[in-house]
Amino acid sequence: MIEAICIGAVRGGTSIVFASLGETVTERSGVVNLGMEGSMLAGALAAYAVGIETGSVWLGAAAGMAAGLALSLVHAFLVLVRGANQIATGLAVTFLGLGITALYGQSYVSQGVNAFEVVPVPILSDIPFVGAVIFNHDPLTYLSFVAVPLLWWFLFHTSTGLRLRASGEGPGVLSAMGISPSASRWLAISAGGALAGLGGAQLATAFARTWSEDMVAGRGFIAVALVIFAGWNPLLTIVGAYLFSGAVAFQLELQANGTGISIFLLDAIPYVVVIVVLAALSRRRRHAAPAALDDVFQVDATLV
Amino acid sequence: MKKPLTRWSAAIAATALVISACGSDDAAEPAEDTETEEAAETEEEASDEGDAEASDDAAGAACGTDATKVGFLYVGPKDDFGYNQAAFEAATEMGERLDVEIIHAENVPETVEDAVPVMEDMIAQGATIIFPTSFGHFLPGVEVAAANPDVCVVHQGQLEASLDAPLDNLGTYFSSVFEPVYLAGIAAGAATETNTLGFVYAFPIPQTLQNISAFQLGAQTVNPDVTTIAISTTDWCDPAKQAQAAQTLLDQGADVLTQHQDCTKTIIETAEAAGAFSVGYHYDASELAPNGWLTGSDWAWTDLYADIVSTMQSGGFVESEYNGDYRIGYSDVDAPFVAFEPSTIGAAVDEETQALMTEALDQFFVDEDGDGVGDFAVFSGPLADRDGVERLADGETPNYVELDGVFSDPWLVAGVEGSLG
Repeated sequence: MIEAICIGAVRGGTSIVFASLGETVTERSGVVNLGMEGSMLAGALAAYAVGIETGSVWLGAAAGMAAGLALSLVHAFLVLVRGANQIATGLAVTFLGLGITALYGQSYVSQGVNAFEVVPVPILSDIPFVGAVIFNHDPLTYLSFVAVPLLWWFLFHTSTGLRLRASGEGPGVLSAMGISPSASRWLAISAGGALAGLGGAQLATAFARTWSEDMVAGRGFIAVALVIFAGWNPLLTIVGAYLFSGAVAFQLELQANGTGISIFLLDAIPYVVVIVVLAALSRRRRHAAPAALDDVFQVDATLV
Repeated sequence: MKKPLTRWSAAIAATALVISACGSDDAAEPAEDTETEEAAETEEEASDEGDAEASDDAAGAACGTDATKVGFLYVGPKDDFGYNQAAFEAATEMGERLDVEIIHAENVPETVEDAVPVMEDMIAQGATIIFPTSFGHFLPGVEVAAANPDVCVVHQGQLEASLDAPLDNLGTYFSSVFEPVYLAGIAAGAATETNTLGFVYAFPIPQTLQNISAFQLGAQTVNPDVTTIAISTTDWCDPAKQAQAAQTLLDQGADVLTQHQDCTKTIIETAEAAGAFSVGYHYDASELAPNGWLTGSDWAWTDLYADIVSTMQSGGFVESEYNGDYRIGYSDVDAPFVAFEPSTIGAAVDEETQALMTEALDQFFVDEDGDGVGDFAVFSGPLADRDGVERLADGETPNYVELDGVFSDPWLVAGVEGSLG
C-alpha cells in the first residue's frame, strides 16, 4: 500500500511539479501569476492537438510549453507594461485559458493521441520499492526529476538567476545599479508559463491520455499554493507536489480498502493536507518570500 | 419503427379526442387512422379554427404542443466517448427524424446559477421542450418548469416523485442500464484471473449503486469467488483523477476495469496500457482497447427521445406516461424499444461466455405469466446488502421506479468492496 501511494504521488504529481516550478521562478522575480491554471490548460490542449496532428508526442510537449508561455505573456504585458493588478490579471488569464481551450478543444475531445509511454529505466527499475516508485515512469516525469535541481542551480548559482532573484528581493537596488528588473521579470513569467504548459502537456499526453474541458481541475492553483509551502525553493516544490498527489492516492487507497469513512470526506483529504501544511508553515515561510511580493497585495501596487 | 408510429397515432388520437371534447363544434374531427403528419396538421387546423376558449384550454393543458425547437443540456462535451456523446448523437438523430431544430448546450454545470440561464436562453430562442440530461440538472430543470408552464421539461435520470409536488409540464425518464451492466458483469467475471474487478464511479446515486451491484451480481453467476472494488472520483469527468483511481484499482489487483463516469476514455486507455480488460459504459469505445475490450453498455436514446417529443408535439404530454417517472428496460417485454443497444463483444470473450451472456439476455424476455413484465429481475428478494441488512424481502421484485427508491439510501450487494457515501 505504501508503495502504491508513493507511485501514485509521483505519477499524479508530475504535472503539479512543473507548474509549481514555474510559479517559483515567477514569484522569485517579484510577480505572482495566478494564471498557471490557464497556462496548464493551454499546454494540455496544445500538446494533445499537436501530438495528434504531427504524430509526435515530443513536438506536442514543445507546443505545450509554447502555449503555456504564450498565455503567460498576456499576464506579463498587463502587469509589466500596463501596471495592472497582478491578482486580477492572473485570474483573468486563467479564465481566458479556460475559455480558449474549451472552444478550440472541442474537436479533440474524442480523438486518440500517441501518448508518452512508461519507459522503465534498465536495471534501476528492478530495485525493490525505489525502482517502482522512481524508475518506472514516462519520459516527462524523468524530465521533472532533472528540472528541479537544474532550476535550483539556475536560481542560486548563475548570474542570470541572481538578477532574477534580485528583481524579486530589491528591485530598487537593481534599478539603482542601472539594471532593469523588468527584463528579469519578462524572462521569469515566460519561463513560468512554459513550465506550467509542460505540466499540462504531461497531464494530457502522459498521465490522463485525453483532452477534456477544464481537465486541469484546480491543479494550477494547488501549484501556486505549494510554492509558499516550499518557501520559494525549487527543491522543496517537488516534495509539496508529491505530498498533495500522494494524499490523493492515499484517499483512493482508503476508499478501495473500505474504511467506512464517507467518500466525500476522503476526497477532501488532499486539500485539507495543503491547508494544514500552509497554516503550519506560513509564519515560518514569511521571511523566505521575495520582498517585492509584499507590494502585490497593496492596492495601488505597480511594478513599473 | 412501426411500433412507435402506432404509439404516436394512439397518442394523437387521444389528444384529438380531448380537443374535440373541449373544442367548438365547428372544429374538424381528425380521422384516427391518418398518418402522423396529416393528423398533426389536421389538429393544427382544429386549434386554429377553434374559438379562443378552446385555444386557451389547449395552451393551458399541454406544454410543447407543435414544438419546432427542442433544447438539450449536457453536463460534458458532446464527444466524450460516454454519456454526453450518446445523448448528443441521439438528440441529433431525433431532430433529423422529426424535422425539429435542436439547440445543444454542452458543458452545462449542474447548478441552478449555471443551468437555469441556459434553459431560459433556449426558451427565449423559441424552444418549448427542454431535455436536461444530467442527473444534477434536475433541480434547475424543476425551477424552469415551474416558471414556464407552456414549456415541457423532461429530465434524464432523476425521479419526479422526489419532489413534494409534481408539475404538469415536468417528466422524468431513464432506462434500466443496470441490465446490460449485469450482462457485462458476466463477461468480466469469466475473464478475470485475479477474481478482482475494479469499478470507478462518480457519486453514490441510485443509478450508480444499481450498476455496481448489478455488475457484481452478473459476475458472480459465473465466478463465485469474484469481488468488485468500487472507488469514487466525486466527479463525472476529471480525467487525471480517473487515471489515478484506475491505477489504484490495478494496484489492488483488479484485472478488469469498468466505470460509471461521463467521459470514459482515460480509464479504458489506462487499463489497456496496463494489459487489463475493459468493460465500457455509455458508448462503444472498443476502438480504444483493441486487446482488452470485453463488452459495454451502450445507450440508444433516439427512439425514446423521438417518442417523447412527438407525444408532446401532439399535445399529449400531460396525459402520457412521460408526465411522471417513466422507466423502461428489458423486462417491459411489450415495449417497442429499449434505450440501449448491444455493445461490441471483444475477442477476449470466449464463445462459452458469449453463450452464457446470450442466455442471460434471453431470460429477461421470458414472461410465462403473461403480465407484460419479464419474470427475471436482476434485483429480486431475498436480497441483503453487504452488511447483511435485508433490502428486498423474499418474493419482492420492485419495478424500475420503485428500485430507484430502494437505492435512495445508499447500499451495495455483498461482494462489493470499497467505501461508500
